[in-house]
Amino acid sequence: MNLIVPDQGKAEVSRQHSATTSRPPIVIAPSRGWRDGLTLAAADIAETVRLWPLIWTLSFFDIRLRYRGSLLGPFWLTLSTAIMVAAIGFLYAKLFHQDVAAYLPFLAISLVLWNFINTITSEGATCLTQSEGMIRSMRMPHSLHAARVVMRNVLVLGHNLIVIVVVFAIFRTTPNISAFSLIPAGLLWGVDAFAVCLLLSIFGARFRDIPPIVSSIMQIAFYMTPIMWSPTMLMHRGYTIALVKLNPFFSLLEILRGPLLNMPLEPEAWATALAYSAVLLLLTAFAFIRARSRIPYWV
Amino acid sequence: MAKLIAQNVTVSFPLYHGESRSLKKTVFAAASGRLGQDKNHRLVVEALRDVSFSLKTGDRLGFVGSNGAGKTTLLRTMAGIYEPVAGSITIDGAITALLDPGQGMNFDLTGNENIRLRALFSGYPESEIARLQADVAEFAELDQFLDLPVRTYSSGMVVRLGFALATAIKPQILLMDEWILAGDASFMDKARHRLETMVRGAEILVLSSHSAEIIMQWCNRVIWMDRGQVRADGTPEEVLSAYLPPEQFAHAKAAADVAV
Repeated sequence: MNLIVPDQGKAEVSRQHSATTSRPPIVIAPSRGWRDGLTLAAADIAETVRLWPLIWTLSFFDIRLRYRGSLLGPFWLTLSTAIMVAAIGFLYAKLFHQDVAAYLPFLAISLVLWNFINTITSEGATCLTQSEGMIRSMRMPHSLHAARVVMRNVLVLGHNLIVIVVVFAIFRTTPNISAFSLIPAGLLWGVDAFAVCLLLSIFGARFRDIPPIVSSIMQIAFYMTPIMWSPTMLMHRGYTIALVKLNPFFSLLEILRGPLLNMPLEPEAWATALAYSAVLLLLTAFAFIRARSRIPYWV
Repeated sequence: MAKLIAQNVTVSFPLYHGESRSLKKTVFAAASGRLGQDKNHRLVVEALRDVSFSLKTGDRLGFVGSNGAGKTTLLRTMAGIYEPVAGSITIDGAITALLDPGQGMNFDLTGNENIRLRALFSGYPESEIARLQADVAEFAELDQFLDLPVRTYSSGMVVRLGFALATAIKPQILLMDEWILAGDASFMDKARHRLETMVRGAEILVLSSHSAEIIMQWCNRVIWMDRGQVRADGTPEEVLSAYLPPEQFAHAKAAADVAV
């Protein structure tokens, strides 16, 4: 802090601000080679990050629009999840011979998180084709549409978290010390959600069969993944457990669900989750670099 | 100083829904000469071929040409929406394109909400958004309507909102397609006044229209597009006298002179 000449700092700030308002000329030309493509793709994502107030407002309006004129508004999200968890929880606890106090918290987290994954994939696959009007009317980063889907579903997730909190309070489930790992796990989920949206949106724009294929795969994945049932039920059934351990959705669910349900940190789940995430990120980067400039022609 | 340069711009659209070329398509392609194949042997429509021109501050360019000559595609390419497959576009200055009345607006949101989204896209701070909303309301004469969803507007009101919004955010380069003609007479006067102040402030206007009168009144340079290529480039009199049949040219010139 320079107290002797306090005005100098201020003048510097205002000069920098005026310098940023006159942007350098934009040159749009076909990319030559991978390095060029990578630079343009990175610039697209950087522009999306810069436009986060727009993404926030778009997502906020999306949710408000969905529930405009309804009495409960977005709390319908909370209510319908709560009813679902309660109804399925008591029935399946009986069906699987499980203790309700242990099963209900497990089911609440699993369903809420699966709901997030499921809408991310289905809305991700159609987000570019649905934003056709915006894409064709002005130049904007293409990754913005994927970011909008993620932001919107994080807001939905926020409403559903209330159900988890209430269920945990009722059954007095307390997360243990390994809950610190929720922070990196949440970050990994954010990055993966964005990547999956971007990847599916590109394929969904180019091949119109992708959205129905994605929804049928997700339906199968719902039954194959321990969401309604816990993997401990498979403990003594031989090699079927391998099927669960290799499931990418299971490892991703487990790194968030485990610590919340008072279980120790699982290095195996983390390793699988990180490996799948790395593959996903590479695939997405490859697809986005190749396809970015063609997106307006496809939608 | 605003600047817009197109250098050997080529744009082609892939046709994914007809992978194999039927006899009918081959005949059609031979007749129009605009279907081709790219390096992966995919069928493409060549919308723009080798288009070059450069615009500087104060230029008011008009595009003329028959339907499908590539005028709208060229405007979209100039706006940076379609990236050319060959050649380059250089944009120096804040650019706004009024390509269709909807302009990417969400018709379920209210006018004010759409204005907010556009302001955020253009990087306006929160404090400026209310001022922008007031400016648009005043110019488009939509006061109470701005609190209603855009889908309740008449098509003329949508046009007014789109035009007011596009010009309120003070672009240095404005690209307009011909739909602006949907406005009523009194609005046209206002629109022209607003554009003139904008262009006088040393900016660039690019207009695509089928109306020779509009082109003559608003432009000081005209490019004639034909089958995706530049057929002629010059002053409105030069290009329009070649483009239009003589009696239509005389009629348009007389009408433009009366209006000025």
